Amino acid sequence: MKQRLGMLIAATALATAFAAHAQPAPKKAAPKAPAKSAITAEFEKFREVLEEDNPAELFEARGEEIWKTRKGPDGASMAQCDLGLGPGVVKGAYVRMPRWFADVGQVMDAERRVVHCMVKYLGYKEEDIRKQPFSNEQRTPDHVSVVTYVAAQSRGMKIAAPQKHPKEIETYQIGKEIFAYRAGPYDFSCATCHGADGMRIRTQDLPNLRKPDQAVRAYQGWPGYRMTGGFMLTQQWRMNDCFRQQRFPEPNYLSDSVTALLAYMTVTANGQVYKGPGIKR
Amino acid sequence: MADPMKIRAQMKGDTADIRVLMSHAMETGQRKDNAGNTVPAHYIQSITVDVGGKRVLQGQTGPAISRNPVFGFKVKGAKAGDKVVINWVDNKGDKRTDEATIG
Repeated sequence: MKQRLGMLIAATALATAFAAHAQPAPKKAAPKAPAKSAITAEFEKFREVLEEDNPAELFEARGEEIWKTRKGPDGASMAQCDLGLGPGVVKGAYVRMPRWFADVGQVMDAERRVVHCMVKYLGYKEEDIRKQPFSNEQRTPDHVSVVTYVAAQSRGMKIAAPQKHPKEIETYQIGKEIFAYRAGPYDFSCATCHGADGMRIRTQDLPNLRKPDQAVRAYQGWPGYRMTGGFMLTQQWRMNDCFRQQRFPEPNYLSDSVTALLAYMTVTANGQVYKGPGIKR
Repeated sequence: MADPMKIRAQMKGDTADIRVLMSHAMETGQRKDNAGNTVPAHYIQSITVDVGGKRVLQGQTGPAISRNPVFGFKVKGAKAGDKVVINWVDNKGDKRTDEATIG
């Protein structure tokens, strides 16, 4: 509305200028953009209303069903899956990843670990999962629902990604470096958009991922229910899409670099309370 | 077989506040898939809600409603412990009934 009014004023000014020939057009004040905080506040109100009835719950329920009832070809189940707090323990596990897993000798983030377990215990094929790692309008893959369930089991808990094992510390350091690494046709890094306060893409305020209270804003939106299309998206997707938006080559699914970036973001958000799964426009 | 609904029913004063989240594709029949073929319409056509054995809501719904829709409504005269039974039927004849108890 405001914009249209602005256009109208501009058009009128132009017409006047033509009619009066050389008469200088009155200097038009640029339409005042509403304060950024007001836009953010509106979005937050919108999210608050939606969070009460977040359809992410539907995926949570589906994930729970897979976690609790599905059996692998040799009778194994997710009750054997160790997310870092012992076999089958889901409560609080999500906010304590990425972490070092001695059984595989790797630092894994939540999604990587869930996929690992689903392949190992439930007989899912990794190449099938890789064929469609992220949700689309046609299908939300099973592992996305399981990740949603696992994440929801940490709702309201403090983020506490460990930094004890040397590999955990190394992963964090690598993540920190990738975050600041400028490359690609636009000479972008993650820090270009997420390394300072008050940055935004269109009207969307971007969190400064170097600060705990802002890193948590990025962290807790995922896994998130995207209303456009109606499906769940995970942290892995978010990272992948950030690479795409920077015109970087997209990383392989479950790549080490994404785990490193997630470690950097999660450790930065340590001590904050996780309120997800989230809801997105 | 459709996924279960999520029903929340809570007494607030003398009215019951009921919310239901349904898992449904709600295809309008206007959308095309990646291959350019029209995605056939598939949407919830009717909804009924019974509280304590009495029909309190009967609705006809159409393709204008979002995917995975949420419905919220208030029912007077209900009391804690009443059973809420919600049913939907879609245009392909698929249906689902779920229950909850007012808390």
